[in-house]
Amino acid sequence: MSQYILRRLLILVPSLLGISIVLFTVLALAPGDPFEELATNPNVPAEVRQMLRAKFGIDDPVYIRYFRWLAAMVNGDWGFSFISRIDVDQLILQRLPVTLVVIGSSQILALLVALPVGIYAAMRPYSLFDQIANTLAFIGFSLPTFFTGLLFILVFSIYLDWLPFVYRADIDATGWRWWWEHVRQSIMPVAVLGLFQGASWTRFVRSAVLDVIRLDYVTTARAKGLSERVVVLKHVVRNAMIPVVTLVALSMPAVVGGAIVTEQIFRVPGIGSLLIESILRNDTPVIMAVTFVVSCLVLAFNLIADLLYGWLDPRISYR
Amino acid sequence: MAGSTLASPTADGGLPARARHVSPGREALRRFRRHRMAVASVFVLATMVLLVAFGPWLWRVPINEIDFTSRLVGPSLKHPFGTDDLGQDLFARMLYGGRISLAVGFASMIVAILVGVIVGAVAGISRGSVDAALMWVTDLFLSLPQLPLLLLVIYLFRDALKGAFGPELGIFILIVAVIGAFRWMPVARLVRAQFFSLREKEFVEAARALGASTPRTVVRHILPNSLGPVIVAGTIDVAAAIIAESTLSFLGLGFPPDIPSWGRLLFDAKDYLDIAPHWALIPGAAIFLAVLSISFIGDGLRDALDPRKVM
Repeated sequence: MSQYILRRLLILVPSLLGISIVLFTVLALAPGDPFEELATNPNVPAEVRQMLRAKFGIDDPVYIRYFRWLAAMVNGDWGFSFISRIDVDQLILQRLPVTLVVIGSSQILALLVALPVGIYAAMRPYSLFDQIANTLAFIGFSLPTFFTGLLFILVFSIYLDWLPFVYRADIDATGWRWWWEHVRQSIMPVAVLGLFQGASWTRFVRSAVLDVIRLDYVTTARAKGLSERVVVLKHVVRNAMIPVVTLVALSMPAVVGGAIVTEQIFRVPGIGSLLIESILRNDTPVIMAVTFVVSCLVLAFNLIADLLYGWLDPRISYR
Repeated sequence: MAGSTLASPTADGGLPARARHVSPGREALRRFRRHRMAVASVFVLATMVLLVAFGPWLWRVPINEIDFTSRLVGPSLKHPFGTDDLGQDLFARMLYGGRISLAVGFASMIVAILVGVIVGAVAGISRGSVDAALMWVTDLFLSLPQLPLLLLVIYLFRDALKGAFGPELGIFILIVAVIGAFRWMPVARLVRAQFFSLREKEFVEAARALGASTPRTVVRHILPNSLGPVIVAGTIDVAAAIIAESTLSFLGLGFPPDIPSWGRLLFDAKDYLDIAPHWALIPGAAIFLAVLSISFIGDGLRDALDPRKVM
């Protein structure tokens, strides 16, 4: 097992390298110059600009710049934010926990919706419940997250005035009250993201369970007198979960994209709003680092999915 | 004696059924018609396309006529969808924006399908190291976070393309190319999987035995038979591209303010949510309706084009 994890981590290395090459190529192909501001600033003499260019190696060939950038990233030197005036890695560490909490709890919500509804719908295909669930699922994943976010704000913050629509990181309360305020302001972002994912997963869970429920071993399990509950939970669901786990891992990039939008709508101070801010303010080191961190998150989820396969289906051996 | 009786009475019954030949296209249409939501969606989508295509000629209010006497008014006879903060007519802006949103959707789908089919076909037919390399690239693209990269590419290349093609066409090309470039992977995998199974089928072997070259077998025999799932994936891509374009515009990184795509209208409207909710609700509902009807059409096509499904 540990050997398998080690090998999987080693396979991650070329993927990470690939992502970094894609990122760096995009950046290198892009027109424009990071020292444009200095060039237009009359207070900076031409020699200083030349020295700065030489110091940062702007005029070197692309591959040399790539290796230098890679070495700096590996050494933990992620650069310095032009706007916030602190190191990029510190900035990201400040913002990452909020994003992870929002993404994590919204995924849990999505699974809490998708699993029971999908399984129940598959047990009674084409029933009234199935049709209603199907229609709701279609509506759910056709509503873009930015529109549901605005709708939620309109209904729950403006008309009903139940929930705050701006996420605040600095709540000056302690104990239970602090927790309560945090839960209250997280409800809408988490619900927007979770319901969107839940809707698209519901249909997938339904079809995965339908594929399994007709197999012979399920009939055998029923024939030997197991209760319906045991048949569904232990025999059907466990086998139907393998494609679902794949889908959950594969939809991570979409989840991260959704998180960016939701964070922007509700002003959640997470890594997504950091990305938008830095794009709008041309803060290149932060943009690069955030994109890279997000890619790493996606790869990490793929790894977790691979490890879950073995737990779900012992026939898949880690060798 | 026994020989004078008919060999099998059922043989007569079988004949008329064979006489009525049903072409695959007609059969697919019959299956599609049974999906009621999909049929209704075709009408909804066709209405939307006709409206945005011909509407601006019938509704001759300019999209940028500023009228401060009627700011942020709700829907009325004079302004069917109300007005925005500058008193501009929202109905005219919605019609114009719909052209852009739908055009981006369909154009991105075409880019994604083209790239996906080419990559999938090359990987599926050549096997070996070419296949492995192409699939590694596909998997790499699948694990890239799309929205951050989309934002990054647009941030870096926006000004250059604006300068080269003008603000409207430049951003259009950029958004279509980028959305297309990030959505070809599922198509490529589908096409490759189809190629793997079709390549070994008898009719392909027959074509090869008759001396057809590899390009001819691919284009005339394998590709047409693998298009079913690709069409379904293409429908979903249209919906995804419409959402992606609106997301970009909603984040303020898509089209400039003077080009009111549906996402851009939502972006402008979100600060006036409390006093003019109609401004945000109308473009949001339009995006929702377009995406919903396209998803239903995709679902109907999936049922119609899957010959194994008994209906």
